[in-house]
Amino acid sequence: MKASVAVGSTAPPRTFGPITLTDIVRYQGASGDMNPYHHDHERARAAGFPGAFAVGMLPAGLVATFATDWLGPDEIRRFAVRFKEQVWPGDELTCRGAITEISERDGERIATVALQCVRQTGGVAIDGTAEFVVE
Amino acid sequence: MVDRSALGFEGTPFEFPVERGKIREFARATMSDAPEYLEDREPIIPPTFLTVASWFWQEGTADVASRIDADLSRVLHAGQEYVFHGPPPRAGQTLTGTAKVTELYEKEGRKGGTMTFFVTTTEFRDEAGNLVAEARTTGVETAKAVGGEE
Repeated sequence: MKASVAVGSTAPPRTFGPITLTDIVRYQGASGDMNPYHHDHERARAAGFPGAFAVGMLPAGLVATFATDWLGPDEIRRFAVRFKEQVWPGDELTCRGAITEISERDGERIATVALQCVRQTGGVAIDGTAEFVVE
Repeated sequence: MVDRSALGFEGTPFEFPVERGKIREFARATMSDAPEYLEDREPIIPPTFLTVASWFWQEGTADVASRIDADLSRVLHAGQEYVFHGPPPRAGQTLTGTAKVTELYEKEGRKGGTMTFFVTTTEFRDEAGNLVAEARTTGVETAKAVGGEE
């Protein structure tokens, strides 16, 4: 269902977590990305990391969940993220978004939404943008 | 080291059957309880679901990432983009993906050293040959090993 939004519209922020190693492993299994740095502490430490940390596509997926709950799974036309800070077990991740632009394309109204996933430290894990067909 | 001659390299087409169970698993893993993914008998895919294609279906000559020949101890996933040319694909469809190395460029890093960025674009077409989605992955080969930066 198409959402009714205007430039400046926001959705209530949603906090996920604390993220557990199990959440990370579950995401890895679902996606197929079994990079050991994201579940094997020894391998991660050997590579110079303090321990296993989340695959970036997990917080990206949480941002997608937040955005589609707000603007409609069927209506998404573009979803783009940049990976900033790493996400660690124990992190609480807050997703938020705001409509930055509405334009017409092929007879449809397309809203551009700026998205962010922020760690409990205030550090930005994901910067994103998406486009949805809106009312 | 990134092989600059990889620019423009195209992989062989690969099949990607869109499956209801995999969508359910992926929706759960991304903490979604949306009925569009969990209750519909032929659900659409979540926005980042096409990553499944790259890990489970894009193998051998369909995989272009290995052609770039980056040093994996220095590679980070910098960005990811998905474009949908209409509503997202649904369970029951079989898509055909074709990946290509679409960008290769260098930037000076903030901490010194050259970073090499590479972009691969995978086009997904439906059974009729219509372009339905694109996945664009940006990777970066940093000057130093990726561990120890945190």
